[in-house]
Amino acid sequence: MTMLATEAASQAASFPILTALIVLPFVGAIVVAMLPGRRPELIRQIGVLFSGGVAGLAVYLATQFDSHDGGFQFEQVNSWIPDLGIAWHVGVDGISLWLVVLTGVIFPLVLAGIDPHGDPKPYTAWMLVLQAGSMGAFLALDVFMFFVFFEIVLVPMYMLISGWGYSERKYAATKFFLYTMFGSALMLVAILALVSLGSPETGLTFDLQALAEGQELATNTARWLFLAFALAFAIKVPMVPIHTWLPDAHTQAPTGGSVILAAVMLKLGTYGFLRFGLYLFPEATVYFAPLLVTLGVIGIIYGAVVATMQHDLKRLVAYSSVAHMGFIVLGTFALTTQGISGGVLQMVNHGISTGALFILVGMLYERRKTREISELSGLQQAAPIFAGVFTVAMLSSIGLPGLNGFAGEFLILLGSWETRRWWTVVAAVGVILAALYLLWAYQRVFHGEPTDADADTPEMRLAEFGLLAPFLAAMVFLGVYPAPVLERIEPSVDRLVSHVESHSDYLRPVDAPVVLPHEHSDDSHDEGGGDH
Amino acid sequence: MLELVWLIPAFPLLGFLVLLAGGRVLGEPRAGWLATLMSAGSFAATLVVFAGMLGEDAQDREFQQVLFDWLPVGNLTVEAGFLVDPLSITMALFVTGVGSLIHLYSVGYMHNDPKYSKFFVYLNLFLFSMLMLVLGNNLVITFLGWEGVGVCSYFLISFWHTRESAAVAGKKAFVTNRVGDWGFMLAVFLIWGSLHTVTYTEINAAAGALTNTTATAISLMLLIAAAGKSAQLPLYVWLPDAMEGPTPVSAMVHAATMVTSGIYLLVRMNYVLSDDALLIIAIVGAATALFAALVAVAQHDIKRVLAYSTVSQLGYMFLAIGSGAYVAAIFHVITHAFFKALLFLGSGSVIHGMHDEQDMRYMGALRKVMPITGATFIVGWLAIAGVPPFSGFWSKDEILLAAWEQPDIGPVLWAVGLVTALLTAYYMSRQVFLVFYGEARWNDPRPEGVEGPESEVHPHESPWTMWAPLAVLAIAAVAGGALNLPVVGDWLVLEHFLEPVFAHPHHFTSGTTTKVVLAVIAVAAGLLGIAFAVQVWLRRKIDSSRLEPKFLTEAMYVDATYAKVAGGPGTKGFDLAATFDKVVVDGAVDGTGRLVRKVGELIQPAQSGFVRQYAIGVAIGGIAVVVWLLSGTV
Repeated sequence: MTMLATEAASQAASFPILTALIVLPFVGAIVVAMLPGRRPELIRQIGVLFSGGVAGLAVYLATQFDSHDGGFQFEQVNSWIPDLGIAWHVGVDGISLWLVVLTGVIFPLVLAGIDPHGDPKPYTAWMLVLQAGSMGAFLALDVFMFFVFFEIVLVPMYMLISGWGYSERKYAATKFFLYTMFGSALMLVAILALVSLGSPETGLTFDLQALAEGQELATNTARWLFLAFALAFAIKVPMVPIHTWLPDAHTQAPTGGSVILAAVMLKLGTYGFLRFGLYLFPEATVYFAPLLVTLGVIGIIYGAVVATMQHDLKRLVAYSSVAHMGFIVLGTFALTTQGISGGVLQMVNHGISTGALFILVGMLYERRKTREISELSGLQQAAPIFAGVFTVAMLSSIGLPGLNGFAGEFLILLGSWETRRWWTVVAAVGVILAALYLLWAYQRVFHGEPTDADADTPEMRLAEFGLLAPFLAAMVFLGVYPAPVLERIEPSVDRLVSHVESHSDYLRPVDAPVVLPHEHSDDSHDEGGGDH
Repeated sequence: MLELVWLIPAFPLLGFLVLLAGGRVLGEPRAGWLATLMSAGSFAATLVVFAGMLGEDAQDREFQQVLFDWLPVGNLTVEAGFLVDPLSITMALFVTGVGSLIHLYSVGYMHNDPKYSKFFVYLNLFLFSMLMLVLGNNLVITFLGWEGVGVCSYFLISFWHTRESAAVAGKKAFVTNRVGDWGFMLAVFLIWGSLHTVTYTEINAAAGALTNTTATAISLMLLIAAAGKSAQLPLYVWLPDAMEGPTPVSAMVHAATMVTSGIYLLVRMNYVLSDDALLIIAIVGAATALFAALVAVAQHDIKRVLAYSTVSQLGYMFLAIGSGAYVAAIFHVITHAFFKALLFLGSGSVIHGMHDEQDMRYMGALRKVMPITGATFIVGWLAIAGVPPFSGFWSKDEILLAAWEQPDIGPVLWAVGLVTALLTAYYMSRQVFLVFYGEARWNDPRPEGVEGPESEVHPHESPWTMWAPLAVLAIAAVAGGALNLPVVGDWLVLEHFLEPVFAHPHHFTSGTTTKVVLAVIAVAAGLLGIAFAVQVWLRRKIDSSRLEPKFLTEAMYVDATYAKVAGGPGTKGFDLAATFDKVVVDGAVDGTGRLVRKVGELIQPAQSGFVRQYAIGVAIGGIAVVVWLLSGTV
């Protein structure tokens, strides 16, 4: 900490909190790497200390965040490679804020509460690297810097899956690595093309804002570049049909890895769409929106249908992720304030509910050494509290009003209704299917008569409940009172939509006031706000 | 006093939280008493708010209380707020009133259940959700309650979850209801898209601007929602199975309160409902009423008869709404809550006394050993059979009259309703005679494959916590008609009270003669049904076997067909998708991987490690470059 403090003092009068969010876990990783490997408890404590410090900073950031400002806050620019116009440029706005908080908070929970079942030292170090990399990706306002962090996170995740995963871990880790590398290779080409073609006359720049506000790319060029970015993000989300790395990665990853993968890493894709897709290529976004919305809706239905038929509980949750992420894509490319705000909220929600489900499945595996649905039965009889916690996480994932999932899903669907009516009608079917696959799985695993092995399944321990309690609290809080979160998201979303409007022929549906009787028919508006 | 409205749901919410945290510590019977107390507190709070409302002039009886903004984004504001008006307070009154009685009943009924306190956790959560549903000041809060009661219903149906059938029934109820929820959500989006509000008062103020097409679309989506929750064709299939839950649940959730949510929703949205949609609602209601009554005729399980009867009675309420007679619908909601809760609790008392036997073929003569249960059950029977002056007669009579006056196909709807009335009187008489009259068949040998009772059955009357609610409900079932009596001049209390809530208050146009003639015909139909049942089931003059064809016992195979489709082509289709994902989508990925490796292996010899070979390659390449450069200069 002292090292960081001096560094901070020498840099600026005000504390560079965003840089600290990135650097602190890196420092932690180095410290952990230097600790003696024979003291696992100490390693864990140091890991929790550093990642917990990040959590504290992130939460502090949220309290200091100005909810009326839609622009970037806490910005910091330091030149890095000036000849190429590359800078260490960080900033946070309403779109990244809650992902930063989520990334901050979830790592210490994972490190404190989930046993890696393997050598804890490299595990903890890689986790901290992962936290730093994710933070960097969410905070970067320089395209090059973003790319670096976007790539950095692959390494620790690859290590976590291949080192601490289950039997098929090598295959899954390699698949995950190659798949995402393929996407980012294209993105790198697109970034270089964007910078060389889109930089202002004053010189090369990788600065996101300069490129977004100042570029004058030919329409076709921008569309090609958008596609390259979109492919990289679509793999990360992942969107159907380039999703099959996800079930393998999730199923083979250790519990902690699965939680981070779902809660943080998938969001790099949806966040990337917002920050680099919509912002850099507004015209192309509007042009390709029908395609992306369609893929999103296909993901919702397809992910749910395939999830229903899974035999492995973890694979089922993985496919439910495909469906949930489809909702976020739908909200994003609905291009309305409600749709995108709902999408941003849902990124956080999905991290909480799916994260909790992965933790629970992990605990189940620790108890029974199996995740096969057919080998489990009647667990509610043996472990009612475990079943109760699972039920809440399940209902949150299903989108029960009063819990967090509903707030996001509802806003997404309401937002997409105005611009993508028929897509919304189909997407809403996903709400039925979510109930089907989760309740059916629950019925088979938790209901029914327990066998001997089931009856001996240990109940949830206090420490385990302690790990899940923050998740449950977040589910209830975000379900009942999401207003403080939403009001910090909205100004930035509004600004982004306005940006898209001013750079394309898209106009969001008019925010008409309540129509009073006998004024005029409202049907003309309905069609006017229709599809583009 | 109106500002105390938040207390109404706060009581059961508090009860839920306390019981969730410390229910096990409290144990039996304290957990049950606490839950009952919270429910009663909620009833008391409702009475206070109701009294406050009566102090206002009729047109000023509309009060909103906003706690906070729930989902504020852009121009969307969803408030966490309450609307107190005659409709919501009427619903809240009978929900908390009947709910409290059923809480009390459960204290005795759930005696010795290992999950005693858990039951009351769910029961209080249910009451809270139900109150949010009826008291919410906008569609989304109502949806919160709507889903809340749905999930409580799921918990309570699968309460005895080690029983496979209970687990399946719970899931089925939730998923089927979700189909309705899909309609609910689209209705909200349609309203939002055209009126830019989800708040009831604002919707009502602006509804006139809706085109007929939009209004019809909204109405039909609301109908889908209501058909799910209120078990109408074709989404009714979950309700008969919901009887897997403990009997107090069947009484409260699946007869008196939750299943009337759909009726509440449609009545609440009466400003939006278009004429075209109303006709469809009436047809759905009439068809469901008749269908379920026919099926009820051939059921053997004491609760399944009542379940199909509930579906049928809910159909009456839809018929009333479809005919524009919203007051009649709410009137029937209330009287039905009284007599159906009474009948269900009575059946629970019977099942309790019979040591969990539910097959009516092994009952009989129970009125002698269970006098209070028997007497109150008979009151419920006369009420539902439409025998004057019991409450059911008055509300059903209003519905039939409204159906008769329906402008398009009124007489047809009326005739369907009349046949249903006859069937209702018949199957309820059959139930009463089978259960309470005739010979005691308690210990008759069961046919092969059917599990009988473990020891000899000695039926007994239930404890006071169980029969006291029966007595109160019986009084209500007798006198409930007084809420809306068309006979004594202007004694239409409910109608006048509810009138301000409606866009187009409904007025009967028929003359007194028509009214009287229709009423007499309806009573005659009921008596005919009873008389026929007497012949068959009491005097055994008619062979009963042909009156219970398999076609009806199996509920016309609707449910079986659903199950076949879901289990056959449905599962196959889903399986196909999963296989497609594994073989085709992922196969392509793995294939690409293998292809890359193959290509790599093919060109691997190039990387032989021999310097000689590399030198040749470099030389050839160098020559090629030189040739290319030279050719460029030419």
